[in-house]
Amino acid sequence: MARAFTPKVVTANDLLKGDVIYQTADGWTRNLALAEVLTDEADADLRMIDASQQTDRVVGVYLADVDASGGTPKPTHFREDFRATGPSNYAHGKQEAQAHV
Amino acid sequence: MYNYTDFDAAFIQERNAQFRSQVERRIDGSLTEDEFKPLRLMNGLYLQLHAYMLRVAIPYGTLNSRQMHKLADIADRWDKGYGHFTTRQNIQYNWPELRDVPDMLDALAEVQMHAIQTSGNTIRNVTADHFAGASADGIADPRPVAELIRQWSTDHPEFQFLPRKFKVAVTGSSTDRAVTKAHDIGLRMVERDGEAGFEVIVGGGLGRTPMIGKVLREFLPREDLLPYLESIVSVYNVLGRRDNKYKARIKITVHENGLEDIRARVEERFALVRPLFTGVDQQMLAAIESDFAAPKFREKSLATFESAYTNDPVFRSWADTNVSDHRAPGYAIVSISLKAHGATPGDATSEQMREMAELARAYGHDELRISHEQNVILPHVHKSDLPAIHARLKAAGLGTANIGLISDIIACPGMDYCALATARSIPIAQEIATRFDELKLEHDVGPLKIKISGCINACGHHHVGHIGILGLDRAGVENYQITLGGDGSEDASIGERAGPGFSAEEIIPAIERLVLAYLDLRSEPAETFLETYRRLGLAPFKAALYPETQANAA
Repeated sequence: MARAFTPKVVTANDLLKGDVIYQTADGWTRNLALAEVLTDEADADLRMIDASQQTDRVVGVYLADVDASGGTPKPTHFREDFRATGPSNYAHGKQEAQAHV
Repeated sequence: MYNYTDFDAAFIQERNAQFRSQVERRIDGSLTEDEFKPLRLMNGLYLQLHAYMLRVAIPYGTLNSRQMHKLADIADRWDKGYGHFTTRQNIQYNWPELRDVPDMLDALAEVQMHAIQTSGNTIRNVTADHFAGASADGIADPRPVAELIRQWSTDHPEFQFLPRKFKVAVTGSSTDRAVTKAHDIGLRMVERDGEAGFEVIVGGGLGRTPMIGKVLREFLPREDLLPYLESIVSVYNVLGRRDNKYKARIKITVHENGLEDIRARVEERFALVRPLFTGVDQQMLAAIESDFAAPKFREKSLATFESAYTNDPVFRSWADTNVSDHRAPGYAIVSISLKAHGATPGDATSEQMREMAELARAYGHDELRISHEQNVILPHVHKSDLPAIHARLKAAGLGTANIGLISDIIACPGMDYCALATARSIPIAQEIATRFDELKLEHDVGPLKIKISGCINACGHHHVGHIGILGLDRAGVENYQITLGGDGSEDASIGERAGPGFSAEEIIPAIERLVLAYLDLRSEPAETFLETYRRLGLAPFKAALYPETQANAA
């Protein structure tokens, strides 16, 4: 039997800035909490195809696992946690932008 | 120092113009990422975890003050005000935006620098002993030869699509500070019967299959260097495996085919290649050598140095740890630590870069070096200037007296930046340095090299650390494996795995137990960690690392 499909988001790096972005229903966001959570495998495949075709906007598209049980998507693996936050030695990257909000 | 010829300047300018056009075409959609990626990598541009990263070559680790100032300006204008010096004598900028990179490359070209062949399956930045031409133990300055190799290998048409990357290191000293035995080719300048030549070492490397290089030629006459190198790389280019990325480095080619077979192939090729070199390369080398003429050393009184050394314990501690013997009377080599306790190994702010540049200009014959251990060197300093230099370094946060000690840690960027990493390295380095600073033990512990890699590719040289730490992903949790007894010197050896890994929380106490055990085990204070390890072997250290296992077995 195929493994059950776990919730995912489509993620990539922005072509111009190089930073981490996530797919939304109608575009991209830099905030994981606002990403579109995909719970259906066929739907995820279609969203991946859509994202992969946007080569003038994004680089390195893939599906990342998230924990969506609390309502907003959260990383399940430490690598995705770092991507959603920034490096741990300086307050650079997303944590810097979020601190300025 | 080497000065670009008109040819060099035109070459870099043309290459930068090509890359500017490639970036424009990527942005307007005419190039896909698959098409663009090899082009950007040829120019040192990676896409990492949070941003692009530009890796700039510092050929054989040598810089003048103007170049260091430019690196600082680039950090301020297009990055976040700092740069990261690497284990291959490069500098990396962690936050450039794609549109800005062509301007950064043009700015580098203004000071005769570039990012060519800092990535990709080509011959990479040629590294050298960071004490070249300065140390008391050197027999010759390896940098003219390194520059010759750089010119020969840059855009070499035969070697743009090698099976894998190819790294060359050169040393002109019997003390190996360039880790030559862990390079694809290591060159040691030697003399035989009064004739200058090279010992050629091949097939060293770290990564997932660490190997110590093997001597391919005990003595290669100096003028045969380029044809012999061309023969080695040519044999590798044909024979090296392209079916499996993990078996593509020349260390595997040598291992699978045997040293004798490789030697025979290289000699056969050499017989064909040698006549094609008509001596022009040696004329070029002679011209390059004149660029590297030693500075005019001054003679001055040592009174200021002696007085400070006697009266200022902080200065004395720094001088004892960070200052090395120079070949000229009255001179010294200063190693500036980029390892302040708790800071990121190898990082310097733009302000620090400027201060180091100014110190080099004022006191150091305008020369700086970057070491593979991620520190900055002032190679030619008169001892009478050391107190003034030390005072300014302290004020700039660069006065840490820890060269060669436990907090002088090599660490790769790890998962804080690198897309390939499996765990973080930097926080582990920060915590170890902070902990041993609290314990006030590091001067008592003495020479001890800790090297940390955040993945099996071993950019942090963990295999040749006296204590090596390898960060892995074990079932979704960061896990750190310890290796012991590695050595990157002329007596190079690969460290031995100590046992099961430790979590991020457990690793710092584990290192502490290990070092405290060493203090108990050493025969006398002068016996270093590595010597004690070599005398006693793994067992007593393993007992310190895994006390519970010992208790359970008892």
